This record gives sequence, C-alpha cells and structure tokens, in this order.
Amino acid sequence: MGVATDSQFHVLAVDDSIIDRKLIERLLKTSSFQVTTVDSGSKALEFLGLHEDDEINSNQPSVSPNITQEVEVNLIITDYCMPGMTGYDLLKKVKKSSFLKNIPVVIMSSENVPSRISRCLEEGAEEFFLKPVRLSDVSKLKPHMMRSKIKETHHHQQLQENNQEHHKQDQEPIEHNLLESPEVESQQSNGSKRKSMEEETLTRQNKTQIQWWPYCRFD
Amino acid sequence: MTSFGAVRLRTDMNRLLSLLFHQGVLDEQFLQLQQLQDQTSPNFVSEVVTIYFHESEKQLRNLRNLLLDREMWDYVKLGIHLNQLMGSSSSIGAKRVRNICAAFRNAVEQNNRSACMRALEVLEHEYCYLKNKLHELFQIEQQRVLGDAVRYPGVMHQQ
Repeated sequence: MGVATDSQFHVLAVDDSIIDRKLIERLLKTSSFQVTTVDSGSKALEFLGLHEDDEINSNQPSVSPNITQEVEVNLIITDYCMPGMTGYDLLKKVKKSSFLKNIPVVIMSSENVPSRISRCLEEGAEEFFLKPVRLSDVSKLKPHMMRSKIKETHHHQQLQENNQEHHKQDQEPIEHNLLESPEVESQQSNGSKRKSMEEETLTRQNKTQIQWWPYCRFD
Repeated sequence: MTSFGAVRLRTDMNRLLSLLFHQGVLDEQFLQLQQLQDQTSPNFVSEVVTIYFHESEKQLRNLRNLLLDREMWDYVKLGIHLNQLMGSSSSIGAKRVRNICAAFRNAVEQNNRSACMRALEVLEHEYCYLKNKLHELFQIEQQRVLGDAVRYPGVMHQQ
C-alpha cells in the first residue's frame, strides 16, 4: 500500500474538431499531463469502460471486463457542441455512473451562452472554458484532479478498513479472493475502475451480479 | 548567410506579423500557438496551420457545393460546415475568416440567398489571402532556421 505516487495526471480530451484536439493535446502536454484524445462522446465512454446503451444503475455492473482496467483517467475535458452525443450528454452520463462520477469534468465551448454554462455547472461540471482555450485555463485543472485523487484515496482507505472487518467475520471464499485482488488493495484511486463492487456487501446472493469479476471463481 | 541577413529575416517576419495583426487577419490566438511551440514540438505552428488549410478547403468546397444547388439549399448543413470553419479559424487566430463565417451564418439564418453568395465569395478571397500570408511567414521562418544552421552547424535546435 502506498500513497498515490507522483505519476502524471491523465486527461481524456473529447472534441470532434481535429484542430481543437491537436490544440488541447498540446496545451495539456505543455502542462505536463498525459493526454488521450477521442473524437466523440461515445468513444470517450468506450475508453472509460462504460457502454453507452447500458442504463446506469449502481447495482448493475455495466462494464465489460478486460477493457481499461489499467487505465486511470483523472479528468475529462470535452467540447460542448458535438454531433451525436454532446458534451453535456457525456457529462450527464459520467455523473450518473457509479464508478465514473468522481472524475472531474470540464466543458469547452466556442459560444458564450450563460444558460448553457449554468446548466453544465449544475450538472456537475467543474469548469466551463470558452474557446479558444488558453494555457491559463489549463492551469486551473490540476486542483480538481488533486482534490479528486485525495477523495479517492480516503475512500479506498475506508473500504479497506471495512473489508478487513468483513474478512474476520465471513469465511466466504469469494470474498477472500476479492480481498486479495489488486483492485481493492491498490492505492490507484481511480474513477474509471469499478467501485460499485467494493461498495457492496459480499454474499452468495451477490454472486450472480459479480460473475464478470475476473478474480472470482464460483466453482 | 550573414548575421545581418538573419536580423533582416527576423525583422521581415515581425513586420509581416505586425501587418497581419494590424489588418485584423490574425489575432492573439496565433501568438498562443507560437508560445506552444518549443523544442519538444518545434513544428507545432506549421503542423496546426497545415491541418487548418486542409480542413478549411474541405469546408469551403462543401459550402460551395451546397450553394450550387439552384433549387433547395440545405441550410442545416450550411450551418454545420460554417460552424466548423468558424471554430477552427478561431482556434488558430484567423480573425477575419472567422468573422466572415459569422456574417455568412447570419445570412443563412435569414435565408438571404444573395447575401450568402456574396459571403461565400468574400470568404474564399479572405481565406486565400490568409493562406498566402501564412505561407510567406513560414518561408521566412524556414530561411531563418536554415541560416542559423549554416552559421552554427551542430546547433540546429537552438532557435
């Protein structure tokens, strides 16, 4: 167990404009962030491990296994106006997802529409940047990512304490495997990993819900 | 190249840039692009501008094709292409092109066909001017870089 290492923060940038993707990538890299760019909201959700057509329900794991298990996203920055899924739609989906909702989201837009701005902020966006985005805007991102990381670290520490108590009481082999899984013990605080599992009391009744968990065996 | 030549090139570049700023062709977003160029990304500005040329010419062709239709104009598509061109122009600091897109968009919203045709012509003209001037700028820049390389062989990357 370790404190979150001083590794780079990883930002997922979403924009349908190739020029703006190139720009935001450069802005973020100049500010020493790791960057992944995608050109649509649906690709963003794919990258984060969430399938678009799954209804977000914290009791239902909606992640396909083996995808993005090791990828940690510390912030999502997205254009507002995109064909198909807008940045606002993406924001809503992220905030409704039990395992993505703690990832800070920032919206960018070329239009200065006050009602749009307040709607995004109300829905949980941390910032709203007017395009063209500047270095001074990007410098505002780090505090959001740090805050999120601290929150996650505390959350994980608490879960570990809870799980340890469980372990003493319960002889379930399922649970035993789960405890040994790197997912729970790792300090990689991460919004894109599946926290829904960690929040549930493990019983045989939950078995069907967690069949996809790669570390559990039920035979 | 003499160092006087190098100074003259830098002056030429600055003079051209000043002119373009004064004419409102470029705005401070272009300076932001230059600031983002450094040793880790030494060709950033020309890369972005090259992409901009490529994308813009595509959009201009789309716009012209939409306006060629004598009967029905697809105003929705017109708006979409204009928004894209407007956004990318704004992102590289191409102020005049961006503003003409805005005027064009107004003409579309008002269903004013003749204003749209005029706007397209002005847009194409302005875009050509911008492209020529930016090419000039890059040519001067390239000469300067080459000149540096000749004068200080082995120190190519110091600018």
